[in-house]
Order: sequence, then C-alpha cells, then structure tokens
Amino acid sequence: MAMLSFERKYRVRGGTLIGGDLFDFWVGPFYVGFFGVLTAFFASIGTALIVYGAAIGKTWNLWQINIAPPDLSYGLALAPLKQGGLWQIITICAVGSFVSWALREVEICRKLGIGLHVPVAFSFAIFAYVTLEVIRPFLLGAWGHGFPYGIISHLDWVSNVGYQYLHFHYNPAHMIAITLFFTTVLALAMHGGLVLSATNPPKGEAVKTAEHENSFFRDHIGYSIGTLGIHRLGLFLALGAVFFSAVCIVISGPFWTRGWPEWWNWWLDLPIWS
Amino acid sequence: MKLSATTLTASLLVSVIAILLAIPMMLQWERPPMDSTQLGFRGLGMEQITNPRLAEKLKAANPLPTPDDPVPDDGVLVKNDHENYKNVQVLGDLDTAQFNRLMGAITVWVAPQDGDNASCAYCHNIENMASDEKYTKVVARRMLQMTRAINTQHKSHVAETGVTCYTCHRGQPVPANVWSTNPGPKQAGGFAASRDGQNVAGQSVPAYASLPYDPFTTLLKPDARIRVVATTALPEGTGADVKATEKTYALMMHMSSALGVNCTFCHNTRQFASWQQSRPQRVTAWHGIQMVRDIDTNYLGSLTDVFPANRKGPEGDVYKVNCATCHHGVNKPLYGFSMAKSYPELSVPNP
Repeated sequence: MAMLSFERKYRVRGGTLIGGDLFDFWVGPFYVGFFGVLTAFFASIGTALIVYGAAIGKTWNLWQINIAPPDLSYGLALAPLKQGGLWQIITICAVGSFVSWALREVEICRKLGIGLHVPVAFSFAIFAYVTLEVIRPFLLGAWGHGFPYGIISHLDWVSNVGYQYLHFHYNPAHMIAITLFFTTVLALAMHGGLVLSATNPPKGEAVKTAEHENSFFRDHIGYSIGTLGIHRLGLFLALGAVFFSAVCIVISGPFWTRGWPEWWNWWLDLPIWS
Repeated sequence: MKLSATTLTASLLVSVIAILLAIPMMLQWERPPMDSTQLGFRGLGMEQITNPRLAEKLKAANPLPTPDDPVPDDGVLVKNDHENYKNVQVLGDLDTAQFNRLMGAITVWVAPQDGDNASCAYCHNIENMASDEKYTKVVARRMLQMTRAINTQHKSHVAETGVTCYTCHRGQPVPANVWSTNPGPKQAGGFAASRDGQNVAGQSVPAYASLPYDPFTTLLKPDARIRVVATTALPEGTGADVKATEKTYALMMHMSSALGVNCTFCHNTRQFASWQQSRPQRVTAWHGIQMVRDIDTNYLGSLTDVFPANRKGPEGDVYKVNCATCHHGVNKPLYGFSMAKSYPELSVPNP
C-alpha cells in the first residue's frame, strides 16, 4: 500500500511513550513504535500457543477447538500446561497484546495531536475482556471461572453461566447493557441513513449539507442533536453498552449467587407494602 | 438557566424517591469471598457458586434432629397384645417397645406444640386410643404406609438415606412447603382471562420469575409430559408450544430453588435433553418426580375424602408435596443425615 501524497508531512518523530526514537518508524503504512513490537510479540506467541493447544487437543475442527481454563481446584495458582496452563499463558498474551495495541493508538494520537478518544474507547473493550477473564475469576478465587478459548466452547460457557442464575435476562445490568447495544444500533442506523439521504438527493439536485440534516430532525422530533453531538451520543451509547456488559458479568457470582429473578424482590420487599 | 420553584421542588422530590428506592435495591447485594464447586469439565461453566454466609443461615434453618436412643424389645409384638393394642393396622409387626418409641417420635416430629398429653391427642382420642374418630389418625396411618413405600419402593430417589415424618414435617402438623391447585388472582373476562398462571409476583411463584405459578397441577399428574426441548438441531415436526415450555421451565425453576442449586446441577445447558451430557443427579431427580407423582396421587390423593375443608386448597384438592416439601432449599434433605436408620421399622414393606 503506497503512502498517500499528503501523508508524508504527518510522519514526524516524537509522541512516543516508551522507547524514544528507537522504534519510531513505519513499516509500509503501519506505524510500529515500542508497542507495535510488543503487540506483535504477544499476538504471535498467543496465536502460536492457540495452534499448539489445538494440536494437542482432540480435533482440528475449527468450531470445536477448545482451550479451557484450569479446574477450580487450582484456585489462583498456575496450572500444568495441558490442564489449563496454556489458557493462562494465552490470557496473559491476549491482555498484553490488547493493551499494547491501545497504547500504540495513544502514540499515534500524540503524533497527530488529536484526542485520545479511540484508545479510550478501545480500553472499554479491553476492560470487558479483563473483567471476564481476570477480575471476576480473581473475585471468585479461581482462574477456572474464566471462559474457554473456542468458538463453540465459549458459547457453551455463556449458556451454562447464564443458567447458573436461572434466568440471566433478569440481571439488571444485563438489561441496561442490552438496551444500550440496541440503542447504539438505532443511533447508527439513523445517523447513517440521514447522512446518506443528504448526500444522495434526487437526480439533478445539489448535495445537501448539515443544515438540511438538522432541519429534518427538528421537523421530525423537534430536536436535532447536531453533527458533532451525534458522534458524542454514539460513543456514549457504545461505551455504556460495553461498560454495563462488564458490570453484568462481574456482579454474577461475586455479588449475587441466587437466581436473577429473585434480585427483583427488593421491590416486593419495599417497606411500603411488605 | 433560572430554575422555577416548581421545577426545583419536582426535581428534589424525584431525587428523594430515587434515593429511597436505591437503598433497598443496594442493601441486598452479596459480597466475595464465595464458595464454588465445579460440576463439569473445566471451562464448561457448570458450577455451583454459593455464598458461605447464606449457607450458614440455611444450615440454621435446617437443624439436624437427634434420634431417640434405642430401646430394648419387650418381647411382645403389638399384634399379639390384644389387651393393650387394638386397631393397629400398619405397625402390628412391631415389638411393643419399638411401637411406643415410634409413637413418641412421631408426636415430636409432627405435633409437638401442645405438651406431652395433648400431642398424642392431636391424632388420638385419649380415652380410646384405638378409635379412628379423628381424621388425623386416619391420615397418619396412610402416611406411615407412604413412608414405608418411599423407603422401600423409591430407593432410586431416597437411596439408603430414606425419610421419616420429620423430613417433611419438621415439627409441624402440616409441612411448611406444600402445594394445591392455585387458581391465582381473580381475572377479568374476555381476552384478559388467559393469564395462564403468569406474571404474578410473590413467594408462591417458582424462583420469583414471571413463569406460571402453578406448574404442579398439570406436570405432576402421573402421565404428564415434562420434556419440551428439541432433541434435533433443526426443528422436526411440531415441538412443544410456548405455554408448555413455560410450564416446564417453571417446574424446573421450582426444583432449582427447592434444592438450592442452579440448572447446571443436573443439566449441561448446551443440550438440556441429552442424558449423556447431563450429570447423574438428573437421574435421581427424574426418579424424584416419579416419587412425587406416586405420593401425590396414591397417598395424599387417596385422602381427599378424609381431610376436612380447612386442610384443603381453595379448589378443594388436598395439600400435596413437591421437591421443596422434603428438601427445604438443600440438595440432600437435612444435608444427607439419615433419620430413617434409627427407625428401621419405617423402611420395611407394608404388610
């Protein structure tokens, strides 16, 4: 991929967090940096270990490859490689490469002199992953509470963990997260539709601008959030969805052990009528 | 922006209500550390996570009884002592000493409240112990037959642990957890009439879900089909409808809360129907359902004309048992403690 003609002037030294000028270079279109090296390091080891795990496993069927965490009896200790130790190392590699990737984003932002919104947003996804594989297992006292690495096997985990609380849809944070996920999709669809409608006028007419977009929503629902505002809203909805996803799983077990329907008894138990 | 007095008052009011609601909502959370048990292959998510503080409370609510000391035989069987024992239809083969020990135990298990003499009087006419004039005595006789049937014919569920009157009664004439057909709250007519036992809040609803509150009347009938999950990856033919599915889930949630376990105690939820992927506990539970049906139909059901109206449900059917009647929130009633071992006369076939 060739560099675009105007891109060269942005390719300046500086903005790195670690490593000074040592890794401050590009490979083709990709900025490297210390964290690019670190990402490549963790990602390649992690991927190689997954392939190794598949090789010593029962199947090469892509759907059924399963690299499972240790038995609960190992607690928070290290397990033998073939009894969950592999899962532990792969988890370390995954967290290492995700965090490095986010910090590489930070370095690029600093070079360009832009805000850190993208790495901050990505951090929420990392936070959700870390909640599932590190924080919640830690709070419950065993790495074995994490989900396994495998396409079908992690879905089986999701199903069983949901049924540990009889009916997971009653989980209040799960409710909020689902609502925010759906709202994210709604906002994106309306935003995409609006932009495309303004840029695709009937044949022979001029392309419309943001004023037309604003007018549409003012006429439609009495309010337009505006061109910048819609992106603030989108980011807020998406990050909220991810955040409450993390909350909904970390409260399941460490902070609530019964069926989720029973949680709502706080309403029945209100001193007004109980 | 200047706030009007009305806006200010309204927002204050809303804040106060929100805080008042948030307090009870936040007070009920639990906290680590928790205990966990692995129920399946590692990483499969089949686990039982329990709160040790709540487990303590449950233990306190399920105190283990102390069996009476054994007594030496008198050398006389009840059925041969016509002088003192008349109208003994079930326990005639017992030595008189064992018979009296058991009678004493039953009063403690079932009707201890009114002091020594009065408890015998819960079933007996003290002037004429042989008389069947009190309905409670007729019920007690049938219940003794039932206990023996459970301990001899339902070993696939109760194993060698067995049951005694105490397993269900726990010192109360009517066990705490019983059920009768529940017509639910009075409904409006027309389209509003078909609530199908759903969306009622309260203690009587299995696991407090919005599922049907009375799955027992239909699903604990002897030949009712409980299974609703498809056994094929793609639908073949007409499967179970939504109503049947919700009833089944209600029954399953009842089993979960009655035993203090979650769904993965028996099932691998990736395929509920598959016995190969289920835990052996599911087999025990299946036999439990057969046992409950036997008890409800052949023992409690047979007493419909014996019980007075105030000992029946609103629809006129007798109070019956479900999983909670014996289990009391514990997966092995009384934590597996075998009372029946100390009363071997309860584990022999009926005459």
